[in-house]
Amino acid sequence: MIAALGPYAGFILLSYGAAAVAALGLTLWVVLDHRRLQNTLAALEARGLTRRSARSAARLAPETPQETPT
Amino acid sequence: MSLVDLANPTRFLALAGRLIPWLAGLTLALFAIGLALVIRSPADYLQGETVRIMYIHVPAAWLSMLTYGIMAVSALGTLVWRHPLADVAARAAAPIGATFTALALVTGSLWGRPMWGTYWEWDARLTSVLVLFIMYLGLIALWRTIEDPTRGARAAAILILVGTVNLPIIKFSVDWWNTLHQPASVFRIDGPTIDTAMLLPLAVMAFAFTALLATLHLAAMRNEILRRRIRALGLTAAGAAR
Repeated sequence: MIAALGPYAGFILLSYGAAAVAALGLTLWVVLDHRRLQNTLAALEARGLTRRSARSAARLAPETPQETPT
Repeated sequence: MSLVDLANPTRFLALAGRLIPWLAGLTLALFAIGLALVIRSPADYLQGETVRIMYIHVPAAWLSMLTYGIMAVSALGTLVWRHPLADVAARAAAPIGATFTALALVTGSLWGRPMWGTYWEWDARLTSVLVLFIMYLGLIALWRTIEDPTRGARAAAILILVGTVNLPIIKFSVDWWNTLHQPASVFRIDGPTIDTAMLLPLAVMAFAFTALLATLHLAAMRNEILRRRIRALGLTAAGAAR
């Protein structure tokens, strides 16, 4: 298979290897960064910190109706 | 959903969450088809099997410029329309653009050694792409240096727009100056000069890379919004502690 790529097989394989490293590296960076950010945000919200927009949305939202015993 | 609706980061996050899995699937499918076509594509009568580097190098080079173009539109969004997500879009695109540019430079060198006899030549095309790579790194450094996102956004937007002068230089460098690099063979007024047997895999690989860019850019924008929310919450906490 590699021999079929001719005398410059190493250059071709290195090129495709570099592309794979770039694509996988970027994907890994985005996924791990997202996970880390979500954990940090969850930790902050667990401490009671909320965004101003989230607070005003909560104020404006109608109260959840209480369940009535049947 | 209009651009104005997307100015709301919460709405954007919801849309991104729905789109990213579909885009990721499309990217994988396009790469699978593209690579299958690359394997079946013929060798070049002059370059032999080495022509296969083209299917990686050319899309990477196109996307290095497309990503900068996206950043330029975002810069206008920051300076002219003050769109809240414009700087988020530009900042999220920069590392992706830098990676595609680095990939274009590396694969170009690996293609150049067997074809031209050299990994590098300080000619107009290669040098202008290197300048683009340095621009990306400079912009990433600028965003990291200025802590206040609003001030950083304006400074970066101005620098991005100044840097757009490099895009036509990259594109037309092969026509304006004597370079080792071949002239354009796909986007020409008289049509592509590449045979369909090579043009088809190249087009599919270009679409695959573009889908990858769209997926990564949306995901990186989502991360950037979360980063800004965390920063805002941190500031609120610091203010409350005083």
